[in-house]
Amino acid sequence: MSAHDCDSCAVRSELARMGVNLDRFDRVVALAGNPNTGKSTLFNALTGLKQHTGNWPGKTVNRAEGGFEFNHVRYKLVDLPGTYSLLSASHDEEVARDFLLFGQPDATVVVTDATALERNLNLVLQVMEVTDHVVVAVNLMDEARRKGIGVDVRSLSRDLGVPAVAIVARTGEGLHALLETIDGVTSGAVSTKPLRVKGTPEFQRAVAELVPLIEQAAPGVPNARWIAIRLLDGDAQVEEALASGRLAALAAEQRQAPERFAAQIALEGAQ
Amino acid sequence: MTSTASTPAIDAIRRASTLRETLHSSFRDEAVKSIYAEATRIAGRAAHSSADRRLGFEQRIDRLLTSPLFGLPIMAALLAVVFWLTIAGANVPSAMLASGFFWFEDRAAAAFDWIGFPWWVTGFVWHGVYRGLAWVVSVMLPPMAIFFPLFTILEDLGYLPRVAFNLDFLFRRAGAHGKQALSMAMGFGCNAAGVISTRVIDSPRERMIAILTNNFVPCNGRFPTLIMLATIFVGAQFPPAFASAAAAGAVMGVVVIGVIFTLLVSWLLSKSLLRGEASAFTLELPPYRRPGFLRILYTSLIDRTLFVLWRAILTAAPAGAVIWILGNINVGGTNLAQHSANFLNPLGQAIGLDGVILLAYIIAIPANEIVVPTMIMVYMGTGMMSDVESFDDLKRLLVDENGWTLLTAVNLMLFSLLHNPCATTILTIYRETLSMKWAAFGALMPLSLAFLVTFLVALVWW
Repeated sequence: MSAHDCDSCAVRSELARMGVNLDRFDRVVALAGNPNTGKSTLFNALTGLKQHTGNWPGKTVNRAEGGFEFNHVRYKLVDLPGTYSLLSASHDEEVARDFLLFGQPDATVVVTDATALERNLNLVLQVMEVTDHVVVAVNLMDEARRKGIGVDVRSLSRDLGVPAVAIVARTGEGLHALLETIDGVTSGAVSTKPLRVKGTPEFQRAVAELVPLIEQAAPGVPNARWIAIRLLDGDAQVEEALASGRLAALAAEQRQAPERFAAQIALEGAQ
Repeated sequence: MTSTASTPAIDAIRRASTLRETLHSSFRDEAVKSIYAEATRIAGRAAHSSADRRLGFEQRIDRLLTSPLFGLPIMAALLAVVFWLTIAGANVPSAMLASGFFWFEDRAAAAFDWIGFPWWVTGFVWHGVYRGLAWVVSVMLPPMAIFFPLFTILEDLGYLPRVAFNLDFLFRRAGAHGKQALSMAMGFGCNAAGVISTRVIDSPRERMIAILTNNFVPCNGRFPTLIMLATIFVGAQFPPAFASAAAAGAVMGVVVIGVIFTLLVSWLLSKSLLRGEASAFTLELPPYRRPGFLRILYTSLIDRTLFVLWRAILTAAPAGAVIWILGNINVGGTNLAQHSANFLNPLGQAIGLDGVILLAYIIAIPANEIVVPTMIMVYMGTGMMSDVESFDDLKRLLVDENGWTLLTAVNLMLFSLLHNPCATTILTIYRETLSMKWAAFGALMPLSLAFLVTFLVALVWW
């Protein structure tokens, strides 16, 4: 099958890397995923930037932003720190969580490691609790093949209710299919029905009762459902954010001007 | 804010806690459990493993690299090889760069004289600013251009998490977090970057320990000082064939002392100011990956080497100017540099150093890279020698003309290892902790420790 060759030539013809040129963009795409699954490698492949990558979990501690153009649509791509979950309170998980919650990306690509799918899916399921527009990129397919692991992305898509694409970020394999999927999800041409863990009827009733209260307390806040779940869980940080009005402020802050991020990338040259 | 008023936010939070009562206490555990169960089910359907080849070559390597018996010695050996390659490889290009730069300085100064610029313009531009730059580039560029790519290869290969794994038991015993080994490793490149990388540590207490002790591994700005001293005072004691290896061994020894101080200070902090138990964590050992050649070159040369060099140049030029001015303004027959050095001399002598070295450290607060060039320029401004083109010349300048002994070299290495972090790192500590108190502590604690240790060594030595 020569799909691989076609893939990379098509990417070259339609993908324009825009580096930190983020003056105008039409859609925002976030890159989430477990540590060391190749988010930064994918970020570099799409934007043409040289964000540092390293083979150890925790390399990206800040979020980095870059741009690319595909099919005449300009995208802003946000590389988030790798996390195993969205529940705990470490600084890097907070950066990732805040952006997914309040940055309102048009799509979130969860980069997963094909050789450790089960563990990676835990995060996918958590991200799907926060946002509907999820694309699962099954990365490191080459390593999986070497280890004799095959991943059926169609079965994965069906079960998760969101598209899944097999890629090798390092070589560019599958990037074209990924970009088309991102295009579809962000434009609304592809609709997603993310699998959600429902919980008991009492739990569902409690969430339904809290959502309007939260929307009243912090108008315009997205993901009120997720915040309701966190409140029920007694998440002190979310409580504090809601009480102090920081929740609404965060939503505004995450949408801020791009120059900060260019400076941030320059700063990260030091690493 | 302590508002007891009933705002919509407070209402929502109160309602949530009432509703929580109605739920089964383990509802969240159950939700998490069902997420895990879903993940297992879906992954089981989508992923097929045809053969379990994981118990292959890679795992055997891992078992060796992280074995309780061989893990640490292999790590030390790898580090020693990196230092040896750096020292052995950097010697010749450093000398070539230096002689090239100083040849140009003579010609350029002569040209300025010929054109008819006043002596102080020539002196300020060429013997001040330019000489500072020339020193920094020739002393720093070759070792960095070798060290950074080697370090990046180890990083890309996936060796760093194994280092953390090997050192975990030591850090845990010191009451610190095992991932501190990762931020410590980043500190070898740059302490400011090391401080930022402590963000991988979840617990605030252990993160603070990692931030405050990051300074005890020598960053790239301090390696040239260590390498120079090791080459002149240790390497020169051995036959030429073994000189580089002996110098590498000495640098290695200093690094080990740095790690010991990291652990010791971590332990002291976790018993006093930052009391607490070490927390458990999971660390993935990623598969070994073949490093990308071009990316290594880019990351290590453009991003790391040029970035650090550029910063050094930015601080070296003004420092060169300051030194030239200090060396050329005379008050009562002696220049200002000499006055300041004389003033600092009693303190310097007490800790086995001298006034010039302390003066150099004060001028070099913005960036540690320029300590050695500053020192040499002050010595040259006051001594007879006008040119230093090789390590032999340097040795003559330091030992014969300025009375350095082995104690001076040892204490300078210790001082360089332990003293306060550079201004950039202090600023980074402030930005990461948002506390003036901790930033000040992060600067003064290592400085006092440096004075204490060098003072004790000098005391015992005599």
